[in-house]
Amino acid sequence: MSRRVLAVLLENEPGALSRVVGLFAQRNYNIETLTVAPTEDATLSRVTLSTDGSDEKIEQITKHLNRLVDVVKVLDLHEAACVERELMFVKINAQGPDRAEVKRTCDIFRGQIVDVTATAYTVQLTGESRKLDAFIRALDRSAIIEVVRSGVSGISRGEKVLSA
Amino acid sequence: MSETLSGADMLVRALQDEGVEYLFGYPGGAALHIYDAIFKQQKVEHILVRHEQAATHMADGYARATGKPGVVLVTSGPGATNAITGIATAYMDSTPLIVISGQVPTSQIGTDAFQETDMVGVSRPVVKHSFLIRDCAEIPRTIKTAFHLATTGRPGPVVIDVPKDTTDPDITAPYDYPESIRLRSYKPAKRGNGRQLRKAAKALVEAERPIIYSGGGVVQGDAGPALTRLAHRLGAPVTNTLMGLGAFPGDDPQFIGMLGMHGTYEANMAMHHADLIFAVGARFDDRVTNNPDKFCPDARIIHVDVDPTSISKIISADIPIVGDALSVLEELDALLETELAGHSERPGAAASKAWWGQICEWRDAYGLDHVMKPREDGVILPQQVIQSLYRATKGNAYVTSDVGQHQMFAAQYYKFPEGRRWINSGGLGTMGFGLPAAMGVQFAYPQATVACVTGEGSFMMNMQELSTCLQYGLPIKIVCVNNQALGMVKQWQDMQYSGRHSESTYSDSLPDFKTLVEAFGHVGFRIDHTSDLDAAMDEAFSAKLKDKVVFVDVWVDPDEHVYPMAIKGGSMRDMYLNKITTSQQGDYM
Repeated sequence: MSRRVLAVLLENEPGALSRVVGLFAQRNYNIETLTVAPTEDATLSRVTLSTDGSDEKIEQITKHLNRLVDVVKVLDLHEAACVERELMFVKINAQGPDRAEVKRTCDIFRGQIVDVTATAYTVQLTGESRKLDAFIRALDRSAIIEVVRSGVSGISRGEKVLSA
Repeated sequence: MSETLSGADMLVRALQDEGVEYLFGYPGGAALHIYDAIFKQQKVEHILVRHEQAATHMADGYARATGKPGVVLVTSGPGATNAITGIATAYMDSTPLIVISGQVPTSQIGTDAFQETDMVGVSRPVVKHSFLIRDCAEIPRTIKTAFHLATTGRPGPVVIDVPKDTTDPDITAPYDYPESIRLRSYKPAKRGNGRQLRKAAKALVEAERPIIYSGGGVVQGDAGPALTRLAHRLGAPVTNTLMGLGAFPGDDPQFIGMLGMHGTYEANMAMHHADLIFAVGARFDDRVTNNPDKFCPDARIIHVDVDPTSISKIISADIPIVGDALSVLEELDALLETELAGHSERPGAAASKAWWGQICEWRDAYGLDHVMKPREDGVILPQQVIQSLYRATKGNAYVTSDVGQHQMFAAQYYKFPEGRRWINSGGLGTMGFGLPAAMGVQFAYPQATVACVTGEGSFMMNMQELSTCLQYGLPIKIVCVNNQALGMVKQWQDMQYSGRHSESTYSDSLPDFKTLVEAFGHVGFRIDHTSDLDAAMDEAFSAKLKDKVVFVDVWVDPDEHVYPMAIKGGSMRDMYLNKITTSQQGDYM
């Protein structure tokens, strides 16, 4: 079992995303994260999804995705070197002496404080998912008010591209 | 200058341009503009069914018998949801279907309007693809795309959901029907990979204990003759799946019967002991493999399928070949011809003689003839019904079936000479399929003999279509293997639940089928003694009753089981052979 990231080029049509999501539900595959947005070509959307499974399972998922009529291309980003990033916002209780500690932790992780109130900071953090996990672990759990993560987005390194 | 038409007229015109002969459907509010367009033309004949499920099965039967797509028209809401079982049936067996459903007007979508159902959503898991029309101008291209998708690659059902406003007679757009469609996201495989084909050819000539395992893909791909040529060149035994029956002639000496849960002893034993399995257009269904972990331990596997997702889904393939069955079989046969040129026999041939000897031993020991024990008291066995049908129709009928014991008996005992002759719901196992499917076949081939083998349970799931048979003069011959129970359920209860027949019997409340079909304007017989069986069957298929629906209600031994039957959790060689004997041996379990 390993975590894998798949990039999917999809026709930007109504219902196309529901077919992708439906496939995972129907075939009992797991989606851990999912991001989707149109590409520079407005007729195409790009989905990045992370899932886990054996090599055989990932191969089946890839084949089933390819079978969907709306799917133009699928790439397993982990087949070669890739860059992966995830965006996270964390609203953190920051009062009294803890306020400075939160700021320090945020600096160590190169987070940005994007909103400030008398009692809380909202921190923006980008990076690989592991780094975001580490930031959460570094915080006092009881201080965390709200967390929102974008899910992974990724792109191959070097010359390799995913295009229609 | 192209013509300007309303959405409804465009839709019907597009069907005409696709060469659609029949449209199986049932009207309702959201589809009425389309029905009005149908009324104004003669080219496409609309067939009024009595239930939308039956419309989909009719179109499915038509598609399976002809290879052409079946076309269905239903209204929104209940019309659409009633069609779902038939769509799922077609999806599981990969038949090309176009299902056009009416939808509430665009402005009302999402408002829980009267007869509104999210058809695209409801059908999503059981379609190859679906469309929601947003503007009447989209209709011609969408219909062209739908036919392209339904009929190419691995065929399947395509739904087109048509909101009522897009068929408004007052809103028109230019009609241009595209000649062809190219989709950047859809490029079905055609030819197999050359290197893989050469590897497969080498493996086939060298095999000592080869077996050819062919499925519905060979029927769908019209590749039966190509398969037969290749099989004859190799001299290898051939087994067919439930869906593949007929692709290789049932009376060919190299045919060793169906395989799988109710496959023949010799077919299942040969699979288990083979050193090479050549699987083509088959998908290693659980009803074939039994326990995948114990599947055919000594076999290398060549797997040919047009759908890459079928390959290595259940059983890992040693030589996977993605391609169309016909193209792959023809190319492979040419390679074999070259490979074998100059040899008096193929390298594995000597060993194969011993292999055939073994197969014949298996057949002689526990073949189908051994499994069935005719009774001496005149009680008819269900197997005898199929034998009698085979005899009366000289093996030349199109046979549809419902689901249950009668289906398995028909698959075991009727020897189909070619593909598209045996039409049944294999994947989904839809009771109620048989009669409407037979009607679809009869529409396609008005002169052909079409028999529906059914059981009294399955028949009652769509018997309203007897009325449609009368309306269109469809002389279906219905052979009802009446065991006064849900036989397959009862068999499982006998075998796995100590004979507790929970909700599987209803003998006190069965209708008198003879009077029932007479009420619908047809002919019925009831027989319950072996001495009457052949005569009744001959009469049903006689010239005198050629134009009539005939229902032969054959009361059979209610306690008969279908054998062989796979032992759950075992390998392919593990079977119950009758009520007291199993094939279990050695390392079983």
